[in-house]
Amino acid sequence: MDIVYTLWLRSVKRYTRSKSRMVGSLGMPVFLLLVLGFGLNSVVAIPGMEQGYIGFIIPGIISMSVLFTSVFAGIQIIWDKQFGFLKETLVAPVSRLEIMLGQTFGGATTALIQGLMIFVLSLLIGLEISSIPGFLIAIVFMMLIGISFTAFGIAIASRMEDMHGFQLIMNFVIFPIFGLSGALFPIESLPGWVRYLTLLDPLTYGVEGIRYGLLGSSHIDPAICFVILSGFTILMVGFGSYLFRKISI
Amino acid sequence: MKMSAITVKDLTKKFGDFTAVNNLSFDIEKGEVFGLLGPNGAGKSTTMAMLSTMLKPSSGQAWVNGYDILRNEDEVRKSIGIVFQDPSLDEELTAYENMDFHARLYRIPKNERQKKITELLKLVELDEKKDNLVKTYSGGMRRRLEIARGLLHEPKVLFLDEPTLGLDPQTRNHLWDYIHRLNQEKGITIILTTHYMEEADKLCHRIAIIDKGQIIALDTSEKLKNDIGGDIITIVSSEKDNLYSVVESLPGINNIEVHDSSITIGLHNAEKHVAQIVNMASESGVPIDSISIHKPTLEDVFLHFTGRTIREEEATGKEQMRMMQRSRK
Repeated sequence: MDIVYTLWLRSVKRYTRSKSRMVGSLGMPVFLLLVLGFGLNSVVAIPGMEQGYIGFIIPGIISMSVLFTSVFAGIQIIWDKQFGFLKETLVAPVSRLEIMLGQTFGGATTALIQGLMIFVLSLLIGLEISSIPGFLIAIVFMMLIGISFTAFGIAIASRMEDMHGFQLIMNFVIFPIFGLSGALFPIESLPGWVRYLTLLDPLTYGVEGIRYGLLGSSHIDPAICFVILSGFTILMVGFGSYLFRKISI
Repeated sequence: MKMSAITVKDLTKKFGDFTAVNNLSFDIEKGEVFGLLGPNGAGKSTTMAMLSTMLKPSSGQAWVNGYDILRNEDEVRKSIGIVFQDPSLDEELTAYENMDFHARLYRIPKNERQKKITELLKLVELDEKKDNLVKTYSGGMRRRLEIARGLLHEPKVLFLDEPTLGLDPQTRNHLWDYIHRLNQEKGITIILTTHYMEEADKLCHRIAIIDKGQIIALDTSEKLKNDIGGDIITIVSSEKDNLYSVVESLPGINNIEVHDSSITIGLHNAEKHVAQIVNMASESGVPIDSISIHKPTLEDVFLHFTGRTIREEEATGKEQMRMMQRSRK
């Protein structure tokens, strides 16, 4: 446990130290929140949504922020590989699983902080949360998204030699995961085949879970969301640690 | 076997068709400074990687501090400190934080951690800059920090892979002093790789010259130089084959070798024989372009054993490195 904490501590220290990254990765979500939220608020009416379209997409934007930060935190292992720091951890008398878990929780923590920042901004532009327990539920879902996708990032990083493939992963894996998740539109209004795709996307259950927590209503039962997303998290941590164990430098 | 710090037996590593390390065997005693000297791509770093459990050997065995590198990985890792050839610090953290990270990884108890870190940072004279981010450090400071970090968990054996590569001469001298003192004061066994002759000569008790994955000579620096037979006379001549037959008859010659553009003669008290050689050459009408005498260096030793200078070897060494990296993917 000490080792996991050590790795966690390093990730968090690095994160809090780089203010530019912190602010930089807020840019895109805030931009989407403002442009889509205010731009479409008056034209789009979502049945059963009291807080309008902007209220509807806030959970989606929070998920996006957590998703991007966590995948990036996982992929950062490639930097450690290139700058040689990974060797220092790999040659220590500790298990790879401990290293991988430390990295995962570290990445998930930074992703959670990033998500909470969007949450605070949302409060400023008028979000009204349904209840305190609801807020805690939202936090749980943010953590699950953070852990599963940091582990996913580590899995990718374990197979990549350098950062060249990063754009590819972003465009063909991460954006589709975000786009299909129902972060920006209600799942119910989709045609049948797209809806199936959406239901295959693990992030959908994260978005819906956060939506239930913050707004008090969602299309998918939050208990189902929790079970599916937890299952996905366990799967990803297993997958990530399996690939990380085989990493070579 | 119990008394040795490191025992290597028939260690071999192949990357595809390329044999990086070929049947290496040697013993390093406790408290010794042992040098692996050779050009780039000779297999030095690969040997280090295997001994530090970073790389699995294709065949053969090795023990570090009495532990089998294949069966007791964790015990081996606890026994060694490593300074890698490439930098391995976290630049976004301070020197102290890098040390602290290492101390926690090696499970050094909380109450000892701070004391040891401060002590070691003082040793490498980085105490005053301990709270600066590593990215503000110079190359020499980073190296010193890495050495301090490698010593934090009190290893029995310290691995130094090209410790002074890319450093300016002054910093290099400084580092040599540290390494020497560490060995003297703390009795740590040190194994270091280098392709600087001077470094091996100055620091190491014994030196293994490695070429193409094999040990071609292993002894103390003194004995290796004696193998050449006294001083070295290097003669450059356009008719080196004629020259060879002329000087061959000179009494007291220990060895004589013909190279691409020169002849080297090994003999004692070379100063006394120079005039004689020049006379003999001019009597036979063999021109001499230049003639020089020097005390043997390890460079000569390398030339003697491989027929090449270490610089000629660099070029082909890089080719091999490239091949190796390709086959590792």
